[in-house]
This record gives sequence, C-alpha cells and structure tokens, in this order.
Amino acid sequence: MPFIPHTEQEVKEMLAVIGATSVDQLFDEIPASLRVKDLPPVPPQLTEMELSRLMRARAAKDVSALNFMGAGAYEHHIPAAVWDITSRGEFMTAYTPYQAEASQGTLQLLYEYQTMIASLMSLDVSNASMYDGGSSLAEAILMAARTHRKNKTHRILMPATVHPLYRDVVKTIVSQQDIEIVEVPFDLNTGKITIDALEKISKENITALVIPQPNFFGMLEDVDTLTDWAHAHQALVIGLVNPLAMALLKPPGQWGKNGADIACGEGQPLGVPLASGGPYYGFLCCKQEYVRQLPGRIVGRTVDQQGKQGFVLTLQAREQHIRRAKATSNICTNQGLLVTASTIHMSLLGPKGLRKVALACHQNGCALKEKLNTVQGVRCVFPGYFFHEILVEFKKPVETILTELAQHHIQAGFSVKKYYPELGNALLICVTETKTPNDLDQFVSQLERACLN
Amino acid sequence: MTNSVPKTLKYSKTHEWIRQDEDVVTIGITDHAQCMLGDLVYVELPHIETSLELGQECAVVESVKAAADIYCPVPGEIVEINESLFDSPQLVNEDPYGKGWLFRLRPFESTFRELLSADEYTKQVASEAH
Repeated sequence: MPFIPHTEQEVKEMLAVIGATSVDQLFDEIPASLRVKDLPPVPPQLTEMELSRLMRARAAKDVSALNFMGAGAYEHHIPAAVWDITSRGEFMTAYTPYQAEASQGTLQLLYEYQTMIASLMSLDVSNASMYDGGSSLAEAILMAARTHRKNKTHRILMPATVHPLYRDVVKTIVSQQDIEIVEVPFDLNTGKITIDALEKISKENITALVIPQPNFFGMLEDVDTLTDWAHAHQALVIGLVNPLAMALLKPPGQWGKNGADIACGEGQPLGVPLASGGPYYGFLCCKQEYVRQLPGRIVGRTVDQQGKQGFVLTLQAREQHIRRAKATSNICTNQGLLVTASTIHMSLLGPKGLRKVALACHQNGCALKEKLNTVQGVRCVFPGYFFHEILVEFKKPVETILTELAQHHIQAGFSVKKYYPELGNALLICVTETKTPNDLDQFVSQLERACLN
Repeated sequence: MTNSVPKTLKYSKTHEWIRQDEDVVTIGITDHAQCMLGDLVYVELPHIETSLELGQECAVVESVKAAADIYCPVPGEIVEINESLFDSPQLVNEDPYGKGWLFRLRPFESTFRELLSADEYTKQVASEAH
C-alpha cells in the first residue's frame, strides 16, 4: 500500500463525485491575477549556500511597506523578548496538553492569561482562548442563546458597524441553529448605531445585542446607553472589543448600570505579529453567573492535599469529552502558543505599558486626522470620538489611490467599498504607535499628490 | 450496597422519581441515580411556566466527573423549582427523595404513561447492572 493516501485513481474518483474536472478547479475562487505563474521551480541538487542565496533573492521581491492598514489586524511593536521566551521548548506547543495536570507550567500560564484578560475586560471569568475574533463572536452568540432560555427562538441584534467578515463568520456558524441575526443599520452621519435605530426593530425575542467598541469604522459607540437599552429589553449584551483599546477605554464589565454580560474579540493586537492573516487567537470572557455556558477550556487554581498550590482544568463537565454532543462547543482546544506570546507581552508591558501603547495609537490617530483634514479631495467621513482608525472618502476612485501609494511602498488602508457601497470611495486608515511624525507627513504628502493627479 | 426505592413513589426508566400531591407532581432523581453520578456540584433547572413534553430534556445535574440530562417523566407546566439546589446541589446526594427534589409541575393529563412502580424500577436497576 502506498504511503501517500491519495492515488491518482482515488483523486479522479473524488473529483468525479463532486463534479470537478481537476484539483486546480477547486482553487478557482482565488482570482487569476493573484496567482504566481512565472516562478521557476527550485533547481535540483543545489548546495545549501546556493539555495540560501536563491531564497534571499526571491524574498527580496517582497518589499516592506509603510503600513496604514488595520481593519481587524493591527501592526504593533512586539518586544523581542516576547517571542524569544515563547519559543522556548517548554512553551512551544499549540495545545493544552492532554494529560493537562502534568504540565503545571502551561496551566499556570493559561491561568495568568485568563486573569489578565478578565481584568482587562473587567469581567469575572475568561476561558483559555478561542480560534480568532470572528469565531469568538459566534461562540458568544451561541452562549447567549443557551443562557437566555426564556426565549424559544433567538434574535441577535447585529449592528452593521461590526466587522463585515466577523458577521460572515457568525452567519456560517450560527445559521443552522434557531438564531436569527437582525442587522441594525448605522447612522450615516456619525458612523455609529443609535437608540432610534434599535427602537425601530421588533422587541420580540431579543436574546442579545452585540456592541462593537471601537466599531469597524474606528468610532466609539455609546456603550453605556446601548447596554442599558439592551438590559431594559431583557437582552444580554455582548461586547466585541479591541483588547488593546480597553487599556484606555471603559471596559465591557463597566458599561452602563450593570456591565456587558459577555466580552469577546481578536487577541492579535496583544503580541501576535501580522502574518498574512493568521494564526491569531480569540478571547471570550463573561460574568460568573454564565460560566457554565462558557465554551472551551478553563484553568483553575486549587491546593493539593498538602496545601500546595496547583493548577487544573476546571468545569470540565461542559466539555465534549464528557458532554459529547451536548457540550457547550465543538471547540475543545485553544490557540495555546499565541496565548503564550500574548501573556508574556501583557506581563512585560503591564497595565501602564498597555495604556501607553493605546494612548500613543490614539494620539497618532488624532495627529493624522488633523493632517488629513487639510488635504484637498479627502474628507474624513465621521466626526466624533475614535480610537486609531479613520474612515476617509476620496473624490477619485479608491483603487487608484491605493495603487499609486503602493508604488511608493505605502499600504494606504482598507477599501470598504465592497462591504459598504453606500459610503462611496471610502478607505479605512489605521495608525498605531509604530508610526513617527515623519511617517505621517510622508503618507499625507503622497496622498495629496495622488488626489491631485 | 442497595439504594433506597420508596414504595410510595412512581419511577421513570430514566431514573427520575415522581410523587403526586393533589394537582401538582414533584420530580427528582433516584437514590440509585445520585449514587452513580457521585457528588453533585451544579444543578440547572427549567424556568417556571415552561411547558414540557414527555421525555423532553428539562434539567441538568452535574457532578465533578459527569453531567446528566433529566428527562421530563410527566408532561406539564413547571410551577416551582427547588432554588436551594443552586447553592447546595449536594442536597440531591444527601436526601434525593426529600430536600433534593428538583421541580414541581402541573400535569396536562390526569393519567401518566410509561411510569414504573417501585418493584418494576428495582428490577430495571438490577437488570442494568448485568
């Protein structure tokens, strides 16, 4: 029997079953323009020296650009120590170990992570992480539906200011359940959701309201008012937040009179590098009263028979190795390695350091906005408070602007045209602590030139 | 060791006991069931006014090592739940037929289907042991 599981014959049979003519056809959704066709194969029998040289030459084709793109994945400085420590053999695993309690170091690290992220969210408990921001939002919604048992069918109010890709992930994960996702339109003048918009929606069977902070456009939502509105309508509140921003802004646990019930989001801004979209990790926290509906692994601290401190996986009866099909989630693992990096990142920066980074991002954002306001042909779309992202509208097609700036090695931002056609030629620009005043000047002068041409 | 099976109660195949007092019935889990589960750490109960069908999953009892669903043995509407179990789930272990009751419901019908007598239930438990 061949070691390679798929023989040519088997591949043919499988393709015939699904009605495809070739394996290549399965990748048709990748636009032809994005595929590399002219890359010659690596010649055989190269020496290590020759091979290194070839690879260096090829790698040099990827030029590093001055990056102003955010939209869910953010460029931040990561201290060198973070990945140096994370890469140690003792930490270098992606999983919580199967014989969990034998690995006290890993469990302690996860416990510290849970403590840090719960404190950042100002909520009682956190799990040991999820796959990414989008799936953590979907799990938060499933969790709300399990918690809110008074409603037989569930309606989730989902603002259009939530990341469009997250909304797609949610649709994929919850569409087979009795959960209806109701879109809440945003105010075109402010880029935020309003109580007026919520009031226009039927109040029947509202299970939860999702509140993004900051929202996809970088704007700060009126979290207190929205939280109190949801609670007044017997709905749970799910805060979808940028964890770094929470070092500066009011965290979900403190929103409104009673605080958000669940907080979730993307952990990437806390020590995880940009790497073509992943791997990242998601976080999920909640109030103590909902802990049994919290999916995934939870590490607890206890004492042994001699009174010595020890760490254990706790509340395991929620999980699939015990609850089988009725487990709180099919996700039984977590993004251990990225959480390790994130925990070390947070511990090196500390609460004050995180706040400084968040503040630097915001101050850079304010400085950039001021400069953008002076550029002819550029309009900052929404007035009001924001974190570190700005939506701008051009008179010219946004693609032209992006192409021109790319020629000067500047990634100008994320075009939102496909997701929000009503906003016209709009570009979402992000600025973090990594940019100097000189970078901002360079960016703005290139934008100015591109708008004039 | 044999578990207690009071003669005055009715039983379900899924290890719930049923006691009828006038127009409501009280439901709990049997001594045998609590013994098999071990020390309970958490009990999840249905909301008051919930309507339940025969065999519907309506509560969860969780021990340190397992979680088990409770199936409704008599169709009806929930009128009362044992809230003391939220703070003291061990009452189910200590006194399964008394302080450890789970919930009370008002049955939709006056006759109950598919219930076992104490002797029948004892036989079922004995046969499951083999």
